Parts: sequence; C-alpha cells; structure tokens
Amino acid sequence: MSRAALFVLADGRFPAGGHAHSGGAEPAVAAGRIKDADSLREFCRGRLHTVGLVAAALAAAAAAGHDPVALDEAADVRTPVPALRTTARKLGRQMMRAARATWPSAELDALAAARPRGAHQPVVLGLAARSAGLAPLDAAYAVAYETVSGPATAAVRLLSLDPFDATAVLARLAPGLDRTAAAATAAAARIPEEGIDALPAASAPLLDITAQQHAAWPVRLFAS
Amino acid sequence: MTLATPEAVPAPRRTAVGVRATARIQAAVRGGTTTLPVLDGDGPFELRRLRSRGTEARVCVVGAMSAPLGGDRLRIEAAAEQGAALHITSAAATLALRGRTSEHATYDVRLTVGEQAQLHWLPKPLICAAGSHLRQTWTVDLAPTARLVLREEQVLGRAGEPPGHVASRLTVRRGGCTLLDQQAAYGPGAPGWDGPAVLAGHRAVGQLLIVDPAFEETPPEVHLLGGAPEGGQAVLAPLAGPAALVTAVAPDGLRLRHLLDAAHRLRHR
Repeated sequence: MSRAALFVLADGRFPAGGHAHSGGAEPAVAAGRIKDADSLREFCRGRLHTVGLVAAALAAAAAAGHDPVALDEAADVRTPVPALRTTARKLGRQMMRAARATWPSAELDALAAARPRGAHQPVVLGLAARSAGLAPLDAAYAVAYETVSGPATAAVRLLSLDPFDATAVLARLAPGLDRTAAAATAAAARIPEEGIDALPAASAPLLDITAQQHAAWPVRLFAS
Repeated sequence: MTLATPEAVPAPRRTAVGVRATARIQAAVRGGTTTLPVLDGDGPFELRRLRSRGTEARVCVVGAMSAPLGGDRLRIEAAAEQGAALHITSAAATLALRGRTSEHATYDVRLTVGEQAQLHWLPKPLICAAGSHLRQTWTVDLAPTARLVLREEQVLGRAGEPPGHVASRLTVRRGGCTLLDQQAAYGPGAPGWDGPAVLAGHRAVGQLLIVDPAFEETPPEVHLLGGAPEGGQAVLAPLAGPAALVTAVAPDGLRLRHLLDAAHRLRHR
C-alpha cells in the first residue's frame, strides 16, 4: 500500500472527531498555566513524553499486529482516571467508524465487535494504520503528532494565540516527536520477548487531575 | 522490640559501587492473629516490630544508615500470606542523596498479598535531594480477595534546593492481571516534567492506592480535592478494576500529605 495513506490518517481533517478535544489544554489555559507560545511548548513537551509516548507505543503495537483487545486492556491500566478512559473510548469509536469506511479490514471489524462502545483511540488508530498498509513507526508518528497538534490548535482558539506561533511550537517539537515515535516503536518491538509490560506507562499527574476536573465543568468549549 | 537479633543483621556492605541490601518481611496467621515469621533487616533497613493493633501485625522500617546513595541497590520484600494483616510504616523520610558517585541508585519494593490478606504500605516520603539519581519500583501481586492500601510520596529537592532525578514504576497485578501500570520521571533530564502538563512548579507529588474486592460491587466515586492553587490539588478516582487511586500534587510535602489524608478519610467515612 501507499505511504501517502499516512497523510490521510494524520490529517487534522480526518473525520475522527479529534478537533473537539483540547488534550488538556482547556483546563491548563483556564488555570493560567498555558498563557503564551512558550508555556504551550512546555505543555506539549510534557504531554508528548508522557501520555504521548504511551499512546504512540500502543498504536505501534496495534500496527505491528499484536492483539488489540490486550492492548486495549493495557491502555486501561495506564489511564488512571475515568474521564480520560471515557474520552479515549469515545474517540476510539469515532476513529473506528472513519477507519472502517476508509480502510475496511476484518481486523477492524473484529475489534469493533469486541469493543462495541469503543476501544482506546491509539489502539484503533494503530489498527487503522495496519489496515492501510502502514508500518508501526508510521502509526507512532501519527499518534505522537496528534498528541501535540491537538493542544496547539486548541490554544489558538482558547488564547487567540497567533497561529504562526502555534505552528512554530509544533515545528520546534519535531526532534522530540522523532525520539518519541522511535522509542514507542522500539518498545512495541520488545513485546514478543517481554510481553505487554514492555510498553511504556509514563504518566503526567496534572493531566490526570485536570482532566477529571474539566469533565465536571458545566460549560466548556472542548469535550476534553 | 526488634525480632531481628543483632547477629541476624549483616553488617552494611558499602563498597565503591554502593550498598546491596534486601530486607524481608513475612506475615502469616498463627492462632488467629498475624505473626511475623520473617523479619530480616539488611543494610540501611532496620525492621522494628511495633505493638499489634487487633489482629494486625505492624512493622516500622528504621533507617540505619544514609541511603539511597548513588550506586546503592536496595530492596524490600514484604508478603502478607493468606488471611494475614500487615501494616508497614517508616520512622523517617527516605532521603536520596548523590553520594560518592553519579551513578543511579535503585530502590525496589516487592509486595505480595495472599487470599483474604491485607497490606498497608504507608512509609514516610521520599525526598530527592539535589544531585541524587534514583530509580524506584513498586511491584505488587495481589490475590483476587486481597486488600491493599499503598501510599507513595515524592518530594523533589529539600527546601530551597533544586530536585534530584527520580524515575519510578508502579505495577500492580491482581489475580495475575495488571490493575495499574504507571511510570513517572521528574527532575533534571526528564523532558517537560516541570511544565504545565506534568507538575507545573509543584515540588511534591504522591499517590494513594486502595484495592478492595468490595469495589467490584460498588466502585468508588470521583472526588476532587484541593483547588486553591497554593494548596495543591488531587483527584480520587476509580481505576478500570476494583481500586481507587488518589493522585495529588502540592507545593511541598506537608500540603501533599494533607491532600492524601483528606482523600483517605473520604474512603473511611
């Protein structure tokens, strides 16, 4: 299949619902912790090297053909707050609809049947990448990039941040994206020897705490 | 008070590469109450038996020497066998220091809790002094009917100094299936650790994990704690399995403990 499928999958306009989520940027902006391009960059860096690494590794493992139901369970035990588990499954369900329409496969059908309320989004994305003929590293890149592009796009809307500045933040994160995608893929490649524990489990306490706080807001611009 | 006789405690082996020490605690039920057939201190870990509370055996870990220092390889293994109730605390905070080498130290905690047994692991905080480099793990194996209360607190740097580096992994298995797997890395060299997504200037971070089979019937409810920016913040939330996890960040160790204690009281109401 074609490497160009990666552009389709990683495009922010891929109809999988990601635009409605800020990746924790909305509560961070409200708390004054993201207030300009510099603090946005630090937010994205922290997110990339923690939950971004975990999500990229799950996607790489799914793209490599490891059991997606086991990976979904691995995602659950790495997601300690229900707000983020719910978000991941909601996004997974939307990703599944888009992926089955775009790159239909028996493996996607099987995961959709096993997890009718949605599997964790990075697992679905990894399986979609596999169905599109992409490699584990491609899936890891798509997820790692999405980890930072979501908050950057949200910050433009929430802070009226200059879109050029937000894009420059993403460009400066490129070396970190390379390292994260490579580390995620390497971790997934260790599963045959080490089992599912080979996957990273990096955490970010404030993302967990503020996601649960944000879920209780009566009015919010983003779903998460 | 201590069960371990002086002869039973090997002299600390601090070599050029550091101390290697493994302390062992085993709790078992004998005649309707929990006894401690094994209570072996080692190196920096002196183990004191405290007065029992009900049928629960209580142990306090006392620091016998400064540890962990760079190069140290430290380990505590504690097991509560079927039906036993074991409570472990520490006498003082654990202070990780750089030592004579910049090599990292390791501190591994291995906890095993059998059927109908319960374990409380409630030590004082770990303080990561400037220049220290520690890798810490907690590996917990629970039988399906076991109960666990585990608290861990990390204070990044002593007052007024920059933090050391600490990387940790907490893995909890219940009936052989993973219940929680969580890594953390703070301090110099951990990308983004002090940024707005991870700690945002907070210097104390901790967790309280409560595993109880009763949560299978009635999962714990979400509670948000703190909120005043200067006091830190915390969330008590159900894991995907039968457990409640409190995650807290605070400016210092004292305010962290206030949050964790407040969350713990919510579970006992």
